Amino acid sequence: MSASLDIRLKRANKVYHEGEVLAGVVVIVSKDTVQHQGISLTMEGLVNLQLSSKSVGVFEAFYNSVKPIQLITSNIEVVKPGKVPGGKTEIPFEFPLHTKGNKVLYDTYHGVFVNIQYTLRCDMKRSLLAKDLSKTCEFMVHCQPQKSKLQPTPVDFNITPETLQNARERSFLPKFLIRGHLDVTNCVISQPLTGELVVQSSDVAIKSIELQLVRVETCGCAEGYARDATEIQNIQIAEGDVCHSLPIPIYMVFPRLFTCPTLETTNFKIEFEVNVVIVFHDDHLITENFPLKLCRV
Amino acid sequence: MAAVQWHSRVRRYAAEKQSCALEVVPVEMGDYHPLKFFTVSRAQPHIDPYVTDSKSRRGARKGSTSSTSSSSSSSVAPDPLSCMMDGTDPLSMFAAASASEPSLALSHSVSTGELGRGKRKEEDEVALDFEPWSSKRGEILARFTTTEKLSINLFMGSDKGKAPGPGSSAVSEKVRTRLEELDDLEEGSQRELLNLSQQDYVKRIEELNQSLKEAWASDQKVKALKIVIQCSKLLSDTDVIQFYPSKFVLITDILDTFGRLVYDRIWSMCSDPHPLPETFTADEVNDTAKETCLNWFFKIASIRELISRLYVEIALLKCNCFLTKCGIQETLPRLTAMIRGIGDPLVAVYARAYLCRIGMEVAPHLKDSLNQNFFDLLGTFRQIHGDSVQNQLVLQRVEIPVYLTLYSPAIHWILQCVSYRAPEPLLTEMMERCKSLGNNALLLNSVIWAFRAEFIATRATDFIGMIKDCDETGFPKHLLFGSLGRSLACADPPEAERLPILNEAWKVITKVRNPQDYVNCAEIWVEFTCRHFTKREVNTVLSDIIKHMTPDRAFEDAYPQLQSVIRKILTYFHDFSVLFSMERFLPFMDMFQKDSVRVEVCRSIMEVFIKHQHEPTRDPVILNALLHVCKTMHDSVNALTLDDERRSLALLINGFIRMVSFGRDFEQQLSFCVEARATFCNLEPVLVQLIHTVNHLAMETRRVMMGNHSRKTAAFVRACAAYSFITAPSLTSIFCRLNLYLLSGQVALANQCLSQADAFLKAAVSLLPEVPRSISIEGKLRSSEGFLLEFINNFLSTLLVAPDHPEAGVLYLVRGLLNMVQDYTWDDSSDAKVHLYISAIPLLAAMSQETYLYCIPKVDSNETLYGGDPKFLSEINKLCETLIGQVLDHLKILGRDECVRRQSSLAFSLFSCLLAHGDLGTNKLNQLVVNLWNLSHKHGYCDTQTSVRTLEFVKHLARQPNMPHISDMVQRLTLQSRT
Repeated sequence: MSASLDIRLKRANKVYHEGEVLAGVVVIVSKDTVQHQGISLTMEGLVNLQLSSKSVGVFEAFYNSVKPIQLITSNIEVVKPGKVPGGKTEIPFEFPLHTKGNKVLYDTYHGVFVNIQYTLRCDMKRSLLAKDLSKTCEFMVHCQPQKSKLQPTPVDFNITPETLQNARERSFLPKFLIRGHLDVTNCVISQPLTGELVVQSSDVAIKSIELQLVRVETCGCAEGYARDATEIQNIQIAEGDVCHSLPIPIYMVFPRLFTCPTLETTNFKIEFEVNVVIVFHDDHLITENFPLKLCRV
Repeated sequence: MAAVQWHSRVRRYAAEKQSCALEVVPVEMGDYHPLKFFTVSRAQPHIDPYVTDSKSRRGARKGSTSSTSSSSSSSVAPDPLSCMMDGTDPLSMFAAASASEPSLALSHSVSTGELGRGKRKEEDEVALDFEPWSSKRGEILARFTTTEKLSINLFMGSDKGKAPGPGSSAVSEKVRTRLEELDDLEEGSQRELLNLSQQDYVKRIEELNQSLKEAWASDQKVKALKIVIQCSKLLSDTDVIQFYPSKFVLITDILDTFGRLVYDRIWSMCSDPHPLPETFTADEVNDTAKETCLNWFFKIASIRELISRLYVEIALLKCNCFLTKCGIQETLPRLTAMIRGIGDPLVAVYARAYLCRIGMEVAPHLKDSLNQNFFDLLGTFRQIHGDSVQNQLVLQRVEIPVYLTLYSPAIHWILQCVSYRAPEPLLTEMMERCKSLGNNALLLNSVIWAFRAEFIATRATDFIGMIKDCDETGFPKHLLFGSLGRSLACADPPEAERLPILNEAWKVITKVRNPQDYVNCAEIWVEFTCRHFTKREVNTVLSDIIKHMTPDRAFEDAYPQLQSVIRKILTYFHDFSVLFSMERFLPFMDMFQKDSVRVEVCRSIMEVFIKHQHEPTRDPVILNALLHVCKTMHDSVNALTLDDERRSLALLINGFIRMVSFGRDFEQQLSFCVEARATFCNLEPVLVQLIHTVNHLAMETRRVMMGNHSRKTAAFVRACAAYSFITAPSLTSIFCRLNLYLLSGQVALANQCLSQADAFLKAAVSLLPEVPRSISIEGKLRSSEGFLLEFINNFLSTLLVAPDHPEAGVLYLVRGLLNMVQDYTWDDSSDAKVHLYISAIPLLAAMSQETYLYCIPKVDSNETLYGGDPKFLSEINKLCETLIGQVLDHLKILGRDECVRRQSSLAFSLFSCLLAHGDLGTNKLNQLVVNLWNLSHKHGYCDTQTSVRTLEFVKHLARQPNMPHISDMVQRLTLQSRT
């Protein structure tokens, strides 16, 4: 029982697009001959939706209706029942990535309430005495680039005590003026978010300035929906009492897997926002929110 | 065997010499001669005292009057070999070249830079003239220390939720468990370490470095990254701010390790089919390697803390070249801009320094971001005086000047990178920008430090003006002047400005209160003063230093600096009469009150003296001062002093003694020697040197008087002899004493001091029984026999000319010597005694000649004393007969003891001796010679070749006239065939 099963994809980065061919080899390594009842490969693309625990009570009614959405599935038998000789055996395979009907292959996305995942599973069935062998491997899908040309949409912002929306005691607020801009808000996912921020003046020392990347996931259908915003990552761009009126670069790389082009379907939505968070020395927080539209070109 | 009757052969030395002499062939100028090279370089005589003495000894024996000792001027260097080899040896030239190179590189010299630019078109490479980080590293670690308690804050697991895998449900089960496992691994080390002393802190950091390597080696890449992130996070913490620069050094070491590990790994991934070439493009990198590299960058991009992210990204800067061609070029400006986000100016400036360092290593041609870094630094300069910094300083109780010096290493480094091979206008621009900022002392200091010395030197007056304008409360001015002095020591300011510069600078330096600060600064400026001014200015400077350092014995804490002052003066002032005529030089020396330091200083003075003093001197100033210096060295010798130390001290003192000459004033020279003997009585090599000097003095007197001593000079040479006679017994080495007795005896003879010579020789003879059987040479016990034989043979040849004492018996010295030989306890297994007997026979034979082989002018040897008196001759013959009898007895014993090999060689020696010196006309002797020949060949141990050649010689003798008896003898000498 020293047989091992592995799947190796041809592309090192494991990224495929719709219409391309997913190619690779199944690798079987064993000391002696392996008797088996057939080896099969299953390729599957699924969207998993989950409701946040806090909304479960409200939407109990359609809780059951949230079931995985299958985007693509395909199954082939690689080897008929028989024997695999000892040593290392490589069996090449190919899957064309074609969807049925009008379904689209969404980008791979790992979120909290929405997960879009593509897997390739290899099963080796064996006789009753030996355990079946199985190996799963995930591959990424990037959707086809959008055709339309992107118009850059720069955003300027000014943050002052006056611009704050939910400040309770406006009179207690220290004076500050923070200017800045984001170069684009409809971002290309493979390129970093860039911009600049200038602390023009501030009565209170600044402790930290951060960029918070947030995903907004909406699950639902006609009956209602659940919308939840959660943090993906928090990147500090300034630490300590930064020099006033000196532009500080805003720069953030969109993490792979945890971001995807902004997606809107009948059952779910995936959107992204970025918060510019300014933390003062007394731990007061000021947040400025910018919705982003991510896309692939 | 019956006693033989001895008659010496009559010799006619002059005729023999003529018949034996080789034909003289003159050597033409162009001819090759193996000794020629040496004779050429010896044109200027560097004569070791021993050479001189052996020459004069030979001269005395041969009777040539004055020619030999005239060439014996005193030597220059202690080792004549080394000066002979000077420059002509390719190896030493190579060594000299390589030794001078680093020193050029260190003193930020531009000349090599210019050279390098000419040779190398591309400026991609950072040449040797760029002072590397590694040399700064140690300096920073040594300088920025603390006694306060430090803490390391390592929360390895703290970013569990925020780490690259935030979403939990999606991550496959396996990945998650793996991550958790890793977190568990760190659990042990994830705690705050408080109250660490500096050593503990350094140790901890080193442990982290080690565990980073281990994690990497055991394929725990995530753990390695975590360690690095946590370490770089420590750099955002400015508690115990005085230690920050050292902390920076320690942690960037870890980052360097990490950067190297990652780079090497990705590199090795590319080398699958065949390794990448040294210079590769991104296209040649395979997909797997690219993907791995990209993964690293994505991981780093999601590091939460700005400072960790920055440092790790800088550490991995080089990896950008795996991805795209211009990756580094694009990343550098971005990182430069990102540093603006660091609020604490100290943290920011060190981050910049690190970026500049890695930038210089990875892409030295990208100067723009270096410059941008500097301009950003200027832009944020006002932060230093901001409130948050001030509050922190108050909290930590750190003074502003101390705080500001923390910046120096980083700003120095940045400026060094910026100014490296930068065009002049850029430097000028930078300077102007610095000038325009308020309170720019800190910057100014770094500018002076980092820019080319030539650049600074030509603007020295401007700089002094700027320094004066600086705010007194901020950066201490003496540091500024220190930096300026350092630059001026490497490059010369315009001639006319030099004195005003010195005046202005010293005006400030002299006002520095703290002695430590003062001496640090003054030490630097001494070099400038020595370089451009005369002893007057240096003297002033010295007196100022004395004035500052004497109160409260402040000099005790400043020995290194004061020593450096002396060293600098010695490099520029080689004329010791000038040096010691500085009034304050000796008082300055008096400040070295710790013995070890004092001796060290004296030693360096003497080394310079020996190296640079080429003419013998009698200058009382020099003599007094150096005598004082040497006495200091001598007095440091005690029972615990190592042999090597004694030797080197003695060498230095000897060098001094050799340089002392009072010219014709011999008496003064002698009294100097008397004084020196009293002063240096603990160092034997010095005493030996003194005896040689005095002997030389006697011979010199003889030369001046052309061999005819007046009453006065005769008394003087007797005084010299007395000096040697008194001094020699205090030496411990017995052979040293013996040789000196003999030598002094010869000198006394040459100077017609007969009773003194007698005394010397008698002393030598009476010392012989004390010679131990074995002596220690270089730590090993060796038999002394060889030395003893050599000495006695030498002694015998002197005895030929030593006249008998009128009151003692005939040949009493020879008899005395032979008695000593007889009574000495020789090694049983050696024939040394008998060999000595045999070698005494030629002496006796020579003594019985009518005219001696050599004589000493103005000294009547035995030949004239006895005038060939038959009684004298019979006395000699009797002695010879006794000796031969002794030898024959010994031969018999050897025959009994089955030592036939020894017997054979001994018999052959006696045979040769008799053949050469005996009158073989008498039958008995003739028969004895033949018997000896047969005895030596009896057992076949004789060297056939020697026998054949000896036989040829005998035949040659037989052909001479008046040698009929020899031809008879030849018939009887048979060669023994081996078979």
